[in-house]
Amino acid sequence: MTGTQGSLEQSAGTRPDGAGFPLVFELSRKGRRAWSLPEAKVDAPELDELVPERFRRSQAPALPEVSERDLVRHYTRLSQRNWAIDVGAYPLGSCSMKYNPKVAEEAAAMPGFAALHPLAPDDLVQGALELLGTLEEALCEATGMDAITMQPAAGAQGELTGLLIMRAWHEANGDARRRVIIPDSAHGTNPASVSLAGYEAVEVRSDERGLVDVEALIDVLDENVAGLMLTNPNTLGLFERDIVRIATAVHEVGGLLYYDGANFNSIVGIVRPGDMGFDIVHLNLHKTFATPHGGGGPGSGPLAVSDRLARFLPAPVLVYDKGTERWGWDHDRPDSIGRIHGFHGNFGINVRAYAYLRSLGPEGLRRVAERAVLNANYLRTLVADSFPTKYPGICMHEFVASAKPLKQHGVRAMDVAKRLIDFGYHPPTVYFPLVVEEALMVEPTETESKETIDGLADALNQIAGEAEEHPELLHGAPVTTPVRRPDEARAARRLTVRWTPE
Amino acid sequence: MAQLPDDRQYTAEHEWAKDDGGRIVVGITYYAQDQLGDVVFVGLPEPGSEVTAGEPLGEVESTKSVSDVYSPVTGRVAEKNLAVEQNPELINSDPYGKGWLVVIEPAEGGLGELMDAEAYGQLTE
Repeated sequence: MTGTQGSLEQSAGTRPDGAGFPLVFELSRKGRRAWSLPEAKVDAPELDELVPERFRRSQAPALPEVSERDLVRHYTRLSQRNWAIDVGAYPLGSCSMKYNPKVAEEAAAMPGFAALHPLAPDDLVQGALELLGTLEEALCEATGMDAITMQPAAGAQGELTGLLIMRAWHEANGDARRRVIIPDSAHGTNPASVSLAGYEAVEVRSDERGLVDVEALIDVLDENVAGLMLTNPNTLGLFERDIVRIATAVHEVGGLLYYDGANFNSIVGIVRPGDMGFDIVHLNLHKTFATPHGGGGPGSGPLAVSDRLARFLPAPVLVYDKGTERWGWDHDRPDSIGRIHGFHGNFGINVRAYAYLRSLGPEGLRRVAERAVLNANYLRTLVADSFPTKYPGICMHEFVASAKPLKQHGVRAMDVAKRLIDFGYHPPTVYFPLVVEEALMVEPTETESKETIDGLADALNQIAGEAEEHPELLHGAPVTTPVRRPDEARAARRLTVRWTPE
Repeated sequence: MAQLPDDRQYTAEHEWAKDDGGRIVVGITYYAQDQLGDVVFVGLPEPGSEVTAGEPLGEVESTKSVSDVYSPVTGRVAEKNLAVEQNPELINSDPYGKGWLVVIEPAEGGLGELMDAEAYGQLTE
């Protein structure tokens, strides 16, 4: 522990559990305030006139009472203990933790966007609506879809929206179907969304290539299948090259194809889900379009559909009237599945995605995908001797390596992840996807330099050496952080999410 | 790898089933808990519910993942292990003993032919 941290803890008081400084609740002193308002120059109305007694709390909420200085120091200190993309590399597979360009932040901070009221009349916010409309058009173009909603707050909500549309479409055809097929390498949100939409999830296995086993898929296809959810490239970072055959087979039994856009960042500008045969597509703007996430969000999970599904999109739908040259909202959507988010989604995030898109242009977006794939393959090759991939060959924007060779030394993927923190990198995703034993899912993203990727590879290779010679180094890691290794099992078994006074 | 008890049978999905005077005690194997890591939550069926051989009867959740537990036999749940619901770590510390999950009153036909310890041992080598 460094001297700086030591003195910090002295001034703030040390906690026995190693967290280093008190909770904001423990800083609380009765009556202390972070603000002071000038005395009112008008007579205050009686409380009874404002809020009838039956709507009032019987006692004040147990909120911490701290000064502004304590408040700022507390949260600044917490933020300094966090890892962030602005601090260093963040190769967290599946999450696409790419750098969030500051030009997008600048655009979103413009008062014309940042200070908008969601209830402002359409006539006063034509610019904001035009931005949304242009973004919608660009995302439809990029995905090969015809219509889109910007409402979903993130990918999982996009999934649910898409599945509700799938359901509405089948029901409108008088064709109640029961099952949705999902590969065994899928994100856990897929089966969860399927269940939430009232369908039964059916798993189809991967073959020896790490791709959907097409014969196994055809075996489970029948007129009870509402659709197939597919991530392409899949979570192993492999492109589902049989996609046209898959799409044809699903369409032949009357099912729809859902594209999970989690990995769209590796094909954007190169190939479009619509051209592969997909009917429904969600995007994660916080992945492909570089908007912040991972605590710094919120996310945004637009959902795009082909023409035949457009009438089911959540209402209202943004429309442009050529006669009056005005943007506005169409609420008259009798077949809509209804609203799935208040107002118009996470608007500020959409502004950032728009800025990103416009600053790169179509050619730039293509280079994003190419660079992401190149970086992943470069890193994969550098660490292949220490951490082999289960499925051989070139990957897309991420690869799933295995720490299985280290198991003989009593070292697990989690130990490797924790040790990487000591080398100044965020760990990769571990133990996902489930089809790879001791999985380390690594996604360097297109925004890291060759030097950073070389450093990351050196660290991973050194850790593999340590596992053989000094496994205790890995079991004890991390050693450089203020909080060492939290007991995740105990935290999950004895879940305490609420602070209570002793 | 811990010794595999030879007083019970095993499934390819890593459950064990032990005949206890006509009733079948079910749990997951040492190999299964080792793959899962620290078990933090167990979801078990209520006594009285019907279970079908090869269909999920409950789930175990670790810090890594959630896995279905498949019933090795068709029948009715007679008991569930309340201790393991309270202390899921029993599955890690004693998978063949205190970490049992449910007792099943088998339907007619009883427990079919599953793998013996030797066959299961070879499967997980």
